[in-house]
Amino acid sequence: MARVVVDVMLKPEILDPQGQAVQRALPRLGFDGIADVRQGKRFELDVEGPVDEAALARIHEMAETFLANTVIEDFVVKVES
Amino acid sequence: MTSRIGVVTFPGTLDDRDALRAARLAGAEPVPLWHRDKDLHQVDAVVLAGGFSYGDYLRAGAISRFSPVMETVIEQAKAGLPVLGICNGFQILTEAHLLPGAMLQNDHLHFVCREQRLRVENAATAWTADFAQGQEISIPLKNMDGRYVADERTLDELEAEGRVAFRYLDGNPNGSLRDIAGITNAAGNVVGLMPHPEHAVEPLIGTGGTDGLGFFTSILKKLVSA
Repeated sequence: MARVVVDVMLKPEILDPQGQAVQRALPRLGFDGIADVRQGKRFELDVEGPVDEAALARIHEMAETFLANTVIEDFVVKVES
Repeated sequence: MTSRIGVVTFPGTLDDRDALRAARLAGAEPVPLWHRDKDLHQVDAVVLAGGFSYGDYLRAGAISRFSPVMETVIEQAKAGLPVLGICNGFQILTEAHLLPGAMLQNDHLHFVCREQRLRVENAATAWTADFAQGQEISIPLKNMDGRYVADERTLDELEAEGRVAFRYLDGNPNGSLRDIAGITNAAGNVVGLMPHPEHAVEPLIGTGGTDGLGFFTSILKKLVSA
């Protein structure tokens, strides 16, 4: 079964306090040199049938209406081989 | 005939009982509405109560917004039905795009539960007419995802059109842009806010404040005079 991944990230201008909390914790754990962390969501979709243009268009629509809130988030749709 | 105020229960809604009670105390007939029922049972106004509908999965309000009852609420709200979204209800209204912007996690990442002072910035909406313009009120605030965000253009538009309905006083509790605690749509029938008027309607309960009752008496007056 083909897998399509939808990555959802807060828009760059939106404050991400969770990402900041992770970034601040890193030096304490001995992981230096990370200037910034942004935290997002990853959706792995196992698609029944072929991942053709029509299927991808539907997934795009799904991401836009449901998986992401485009007021605050951007998303990327990727087909995994 | 008295006005009927419907309160929607989604799986995970917590404050529906309090909202029904507040509606009754204000003199309305409270009508419980069920998330799977598209029928609004001839209510004159709808309250989307607080809580954690669908466990806040995906995003707060994101799944509730697609429930059968919301289909009708969205359609009727666009036609003028008064709708008040409290806390999770506010989140549902932004997810449904009945109100602009979105709600995110508090900037300090802690749950907030406290008495909160607010200024009523718009006393002309269906849900605020019983307040004076600029009146300061105090009602409980309790949430995790209370940070109101919208792009600068939307914020400027809201300010210019007087659509910021409530602003936080005595410090911003969650990082909401421009201290916004609640907003209204252009028509004034759809209002959303993070703090909880339904928890401040009886002198015996909580801190004893009754500032929240004004929301329910406002809508009742509006419905009676309509």
